[in-house]
Amino acid sequence: MAKITYIEHGGREHQVEVPLGLSVMRGAVDNNIPGIDADCGGECACATCHVYVDAAWLSVTGLPEPGSQEASMLSFAALAEPNSRLSCQIKVTEALDGLVVRLPEGQH
Amino acid sequence: MSPPLDNAGHGDIDGIPLDAIDVSDPKIYQDDVWYPYFARLRREAPVHYCRQSLYGPYWSVTKYKDIMQVEVNHQVYSSASELGGIAVEDQPKDMDRPSFIRMDPPRHDEQRMVVSPVVAPGNLANMEGVIRERTAKVLDGLPRGETFDWVDRVSIELTTMMLATLFDYPWEDRRQLTYWSDVAIANVRAPDAPVHSEEEKFAELTKMAEALGKLFNERAQQPPKFDLLSMLAHGEATRNMPFREFMGTLSLLIVGGNDTTRNSMTGGLMALNEHPGEYRKLRDDPSLIAGMVSEIIRYVTPVIHMRRTAKEASEIGGKEIKKGDKVVMWYVSGNRDPEAIEEPDRFIIDRPRPRQHLSFGFGIHRCVGNRLAELQLRILWEEIMQRYPVVEVVGPAKRVYSNFIHGIRSLPVRIPA
Repeated sequence: MAKITYIEHGGREHQVEVPLGLSVMRGAVDNNIPGIDADCGGECACATCHVYVDAAWLSVTGLPEPGSQEASMLSFAALAEPNSRLSCQIKVTEALDGLVVRLPEGQH
Repeated sequence: MSPPLDNAGHGDIDGIPLDAIDVSDPKIYQDDVWYPYFARLRREAPVHYCRQSLYGPYWSVTKYKDIMQVEVNHQVYSSASELGGIAVEDQPKDMDRPSFIRMDPPRHDEQRMVVSPVVAPGNLANMEGVIRERTAKVLDGLPRGETFDWVDRVSIELTTMMLATLFDYPWEDRRQLTYWSDVAIANVRAPDAPVHSEEEKFAELTKMAEALGKLFNERAQQPPKFDLLSMLAHGEATRNMPFREFMGTLSLLIVGGNDTTRNSMTGGLMALNEHPGEYRKLRDDPSLIAGMVSEIIRYVTPVIHMRRTAKEASEIGGKEIKKGDKVVMWYVSGNRDPEAIEEPDRFIIDRPRPRQHLSFGFGIHRCVGNRLAELQLRILWEEIMQRYPVVEVVGPAKRVYSNFIHGIRSLPVRIPA
């Protein structure tokens, strides 16, 4: 298990334990955290599980490879920032215990 | 040109040889008899080759997971206008009208990014108030105790207003936008189509591009505003489009912002009437509306298919696809695939994971206006349920002759007095 904190756009925090091996997206969906839509169910085929990774964690999660499917889908997320990721593409590992992600105003 | 295979409306679908099945026949959608064809294909030939059709040979991809595989692989499965574009029927070569839905990266990406802010979450919040106000007004103006056409009075009226706002188009002329939308999607072989030849269609869409081109030119001279024409006029990637690309782009935005939502507004009411238990559930708990909207969009599947062209040899579901082959993703079928969606033929307004459907497409061409469409439908149903516990469908729907847009032309309804 890894402890992950999801912060809704309005500021509400949700701290949950997510089993290792699942995605950060799955952790949100399984815990009914509002603000992650995950329309494609984790295929990296939409951009509706978009999150902003807390600056302190970026070196652990990394950023999408330029030219990758994730980078390409993120480029259409209207609210993307340099620390944006698709949470279905972040796999929960022990190294991510304590991860903090913020959710955008809306998923698109 | 040979006439379309008349395999519609005949009960014995299992008797048709597998390789004679042609799901590109628009008649099966107009007659609403497409279900068993796809049930059989998913069972016996989920990736199916149709050797001969009005539109030439093509592959049908009918299962959810195979469609997803094509959607995310735009490197191989191209949308390019030069290769034929995105519908099983090519646009005539000398009259083709490119737009970003008919492009691959990088141009697709550049142009899409010009228009997408208008339907992004921040702007939707700004529009919610005006959408609700108009919806309330349209609903308050409906007659009680008499039969009227839901498509004309509600679905077209609301989506046309939305379109006029998105384009900042002269309000009193807004039905012109609806007309052009109908022209753009028309199958010219249908007797009730607004145009009857590709030439006539091209001529009408030229008039559209001229009318909107005037506004585009005016807005290019003015400071940027937040409407589609101004955004196109000021966008780096869109300000200098060739005329036919301008035509194509306008058609895309008008059809995309109009037709699909229109048919979901009608189709949702039909689905509720066909499933009285679900209608009752909705009356008992209107908080189900948000999830129901996604279920409506799945169940209706406003876009029947999208087509790609293979740029290299590839494989889908064990079938070898050759370079140059037409590959058609049948969203109507993927959305009814029992391997992906439980009890897919049932309309269930409180279905778990209702957002997992193919109606918006996936990958880089995913519907840019998806959240606006959902917002319009959510508001519509919230406002309906505050006024009318029941809107009765009192006669059959008239459907559009098309294998691309799942259109409903009219639907007689009655609100009890």
